[in-house]
Amino acid sequence: MSVKNSAGSGSHRELLRQMLRIRRFEERCVELYSGEKIRGFMHLYIGEEAVAVGVCDALTPDDVVVSTYREHGHALIRGVPATSIMAEMYGRAAGCSRGRGGSMHIFDAAHRFYGGNAIVGGGLPVAAGLALADRMRGRNRMTVCFFGDGAMAEGEFHECLNLAALWRLPVLFACENNLYAMGTALARSHAQTDLALRAASYGVAAWPVDGMDVLAVADAAGRAAGAIRAGAGPHFLELRTYRFRAHSMYDPDRYRSKAEIEQWRKRDPIDALVATMKAEREITDADLAVLEKEISAEIEQAVAFAEQAPVEPVEDLTRFVCSEPGPGGKPARRVEAIL
Amino acid sequence: MSAGTAASRAASKAAPGDASTAAGKVAPEHVTHEHVTHEHAAHEHAAPENAAPGNAATATYREAMREAIREALRRDDRVFLMGEDVGAYGGCFAVSLGLLEEFGPERVRDTPLSEAGFVGAGIGAALGGMRPIVEIMTVNFSLLALDQIVNNAATLLHMSGGQFNVPLVIRMTTGAGRQLAAQHSHSFEGWYAHIPGLRILAPATTEDARGMLWPALEDPDPVLIFEHGSLYGVPGPLGSGPVDITSAALRRSGADVTLIAYGGTTPKALAAADALAAEGVEADVIDLRVLRPLDDATIMESVGRTHRAVIVDEGWRSGGLSAEIGARIAEHAFYELDAPIQRVCAAEVPIPYARHLEEAALPQVPSIVAAARETVTS
Amino acid sequence: MKGTERGEFLMPSLGADMESGTVAEWLVKPGDQIRRGDAIAVIDTDKAMIEAESFHTGTVESLLVETGHRVPVGTPLAVIAAVPPHAAGPRARVASPLARTLAARLGVDLSAVHGTGRAGTIRAEDVREAAERETTTRETAARGVEPRPRERPRRTAPGPAEARPQPDHDWERRQETMRQAIARAMARSKREIPHYYLSTTVDMSAALSWLRERNRDLPVSGRLLPAAVLLKAAARAATEVPRLNGFWVDDAFVPGEAVHLGVAVSLKDGGLIAPALHDAACRELDDLMAALKDLVSRARTGRLRSAEMTEATITVTNLGDQGVESVHGVIYPPQVALVGFGKILDRPWAVDGLLGVRPVVTVTLAADHRATDGYTGARFLCTVDRLLNHPETL
Repeated sequence: MSVKNSAGSGSHRELLRQMLRIRRFEERCVELYSGEKIRGFMHLYIGEEAVAVGVCDALTPDDVVVSTYREHGHALIRGVPATSIMAEMYGRAAGCSRGRGGSMHIFDAAHRFYGGNAIVGGGLPVAAGLALADRMRGRNRMTVCFFGDGAMAEGEFHECLNLAALWRLPVLFACENNLYAMGTALARSHAQTDLALRAASYGVAAWPVDGMDVLAVADAAGRAAGAIRAGAGPHFLELRTYRFRAHSMYDPDRYRSKAEIEQWRKRDPIDALVATMKAEREITDADLAVLEKEISAEIEQAVAFAEQAPVEPVEDLTRFVCSEPGPGGKPARRVEAIL
Repeated sequence: MSAGTAASRAASKAAPGDASTAAGKVAPEHVTHEHVTHEHAAHEHAAPENAAPGNAATATYREAMREAIREALRRDDRVFLMGEDVGAYGGCFAVSLGLLEEFGPERVRDTPLSEAGFVGAGIGAALGGMRPIVEIMTVNFSLLALDQIVNNAATLLHMSGGQFNVPLVIRMTTGAGRQLAAQHSHSFEGWYAHIPGLRILAPATTEDARGMLWPALEDPDPVLIFEHGSLYGVPGPLGSGPVDITSAALRRSGADVTLIAYGGTTPKALAAADALAAEGVEADVIDLRVLRPLDDATIMESVGRTHRAVIVDEGWRSGGLSAEIGARIAEHAFYELDAPIQRVCAAEVPIPYARHLEEAALPQVPSIVAAARETVTS
Repeated sequence: MKGTERGEFLMPSLGADMESGTVAEWLVKPGDQIRRGDAIAVIDTDKAMIEAESFHTGTVESLLVETGHRVPVGTPLAVIAAVPPHAAGPRARVASPLARTLAARLGVDLSAVHGTGRAGTIRAEDVREAAERETTTRETAARGVEPRPRERPRRTAPGPAEARPQPDHDWERRQETMRQAIARAMARSKREIPHYYLSTTVDMSAALSWLRERNRDLPVSGRLLPAAVLLKAAARAATEVPRLNGFWVDDAFVPGEAVHLGVAVSLKDGGLIAPALHDAACRELDDLMAALKDLVSRARTGRLRSAEMTEATITVTNLGDQGVESVHGVIYPPQVALVGFGKILDRPWAVDGLLGVRPVVTVTLAADHRATDGYTGARFLCTVDRLLNHPETL
């Protein structure tokens, strides 16, 4: 495990805390899903926490994140409150998307979290556009776009990489290569499985990173972010990782062997960081217990909040199809308010 | 940043000197290309493009649209035009001819042939506080961006619980009549009008071509503007500024039958009304202007007076916009109907190339007249 | 239709004197489904506007003659294609939504409205017209005046060939042509038919007292008039003396299949027509009375059916209303007899050697000497006399 050397502000302890928040939050979600509190598609990030935590370590609060349907982790560590995420998964009015999005569509304007896009590859053009706007308005801001290895088979990926490179847009393309596009292994859907190599063909700086090592991810993201902020144009990180659980709650996981999963579990990013920190004498079991207790309290508070949160009235079903008039009858300019 | 500084920045980036030289040097590889469709606007090359026509002036539909874009670019520095060949080429149908020279390549932005990519980028830019005008060459190509338009532009506001509106304008050419065959001639505006979260406009006149763009840019939500290809060369009054983008217009009054048309079929419906008048049948002609949300009130008011309706749509009949309008009339004005609703739509074929076949496939004045006659006699 | 699966609708002969006719109005359009017996066109015979009916069931394929055109009898007017039997089932009366709304608002009974739309669909205009006609009828009934036949206002597919005359001008034209048609028929009759005339005077006291008795408890609308009794007697006499009931065709007598009693109806603005009361001999008096009222009313509003114009086997003229005592009529060719009734008058009358005042009517017979002799005619009048003296047998 590499020693942290990134431009990010997070300490080892903070990186650990964030990974644990995601892990425990999602473990609780599985329980709630089994108890029918959460419905619909739910995709878990367990095993991949180092990617989100490491990449986001390079971000400032001003930066923009566009994510996928496997986004609880990204949202949590970008500051979207666990209460509003949980309430959204409960389908409640207090949810960040007022119960209209669910697990796959977490949005939070206040934290510049632009979703929760459930069309594979669909978020990439939006990220390019957000970066274009920043460039045209002279804002020194970066957009991170998370997507999986499956998205690299989509035309939108290739269109966007070309577009971002052509216009030298400040985008960090964070490819979470967990080796499976839903149930199809990377090698069964891509002729060239070296994803960084393919991104590089568009003139984008690109390299692979061990996505199970949060310090390596943070280091790579820090270097990429520095270059992007310096005007070097888009960067691409192939973050090699693995999801420990099935694609979604519906997935019987027939396409992976138990042995393969066990092999990857031995590389659990949380265990790895804890081991490093213990070796460095940065953390004790007592410290860990305190951390777990804090996280547990946060999650239980989120569950309690969601449990008692009111549902959106059915009369409001058709709200937010079109913008509603703001004060004085003029249309509300919501996107403006958060720039 | 004002329009003036944008233009001068673009010019100074490229080279000192006048705007046209600047454009030439910004993208010299573009100006060497020759394209057939550019002939459409050859005569307009010579016209003094920078002379803004006055209110009483007349202009072609193409010029009216260009004037609208120019006005928007001057008025709001968040506005920019983006699309395939909008810059150095001057627009596939020459709508944006001369704008690159005036506003520079940042604000008149050529894109790669990546419809999903640049439409999605328009969505992102709108989310990022810009007011993009995205041009798609033809409605058939917009299908490559359907994911972005339907899954993102139309849904983000709702899916985010009201947090992210998308103030984006997408313009595209639609319709047949120019022997461009089955991949450049269709009328999919009815499909888009199916989608909640989009506003769909179909300017049929030069005044609407000029006047609809600014209110569309002011709309906090995505607006699609469908420009019928056969209208670009049609002259008319330029109008005096913004028009409403909420209502249909009664283009002609008559007591016997209501002809409902939009975009490219509006002139045909008006011609049909002339022919009917010669036979003693007086027609109301409604130009829908806005295909979503439909202006039910204007339609029902007219049908309530005439008790007969003919819907003219260059889209196909099955599952199309004409079906929607017909159903609404049946829902809201059933007891006013004195004859079955008639529809004049495109034949259910991909639009063919040969002139006689293409003409036979489209709503034409005689078929509209015949349908109207049917309503007053049956 | 069976062989070719296609039939032609010809300009019908609506009376022996009719040589040509004008299509005044098409009641169907190409594509319409029609059944045998449906009225499909209004034919102007110069004497009347007649609704001509189809003898085919099927789909109107094409119309061959435009409205306003005069063509000879027998000219094909329309082509009717056969339809598969399942498609030719009975159709519900169809009215447009607006027509229904309007009918409810104006209190018009849709089942009584004639539809002018495709396949007889009732449209708003038809309802408005029906409502208007109802009002007119009520008003004129109050004034004791029959509405005069008029051009029906209607919406048609305006075609360049169509130039409809103004109604008033049209009316004058019809008077003129009707006069010419009567002239032709009557001249032919007097030219070709060797008439003989017989007359007898009949005591009506039995008939009238029977009528009084019968009408005593009936509402005004249900009461029988003496005319019904006279017609019934004439019809019954015609069954008993069948040689007077039929036609002289090609130098031979062709008996009528039933007694279809032609009733001469004088039109208020001049002119005369004699449409048929079908099966007059077999009908109950009530029924005959109602049929008579309907026939006269339709004759005067120009809405007769073609069968009524062609099928009379013997004609009755009753000028009693006008105050005359006897009528010596002119036979309507190719019929062979015409019965005339005068006014029922109180006259001094000797019965069993005593003089009394009795209501009497003079019955005349004009008959074709080619078909019958005076003996037959006399038998006919005697039968009428007997029947009128035994009204309960009628």
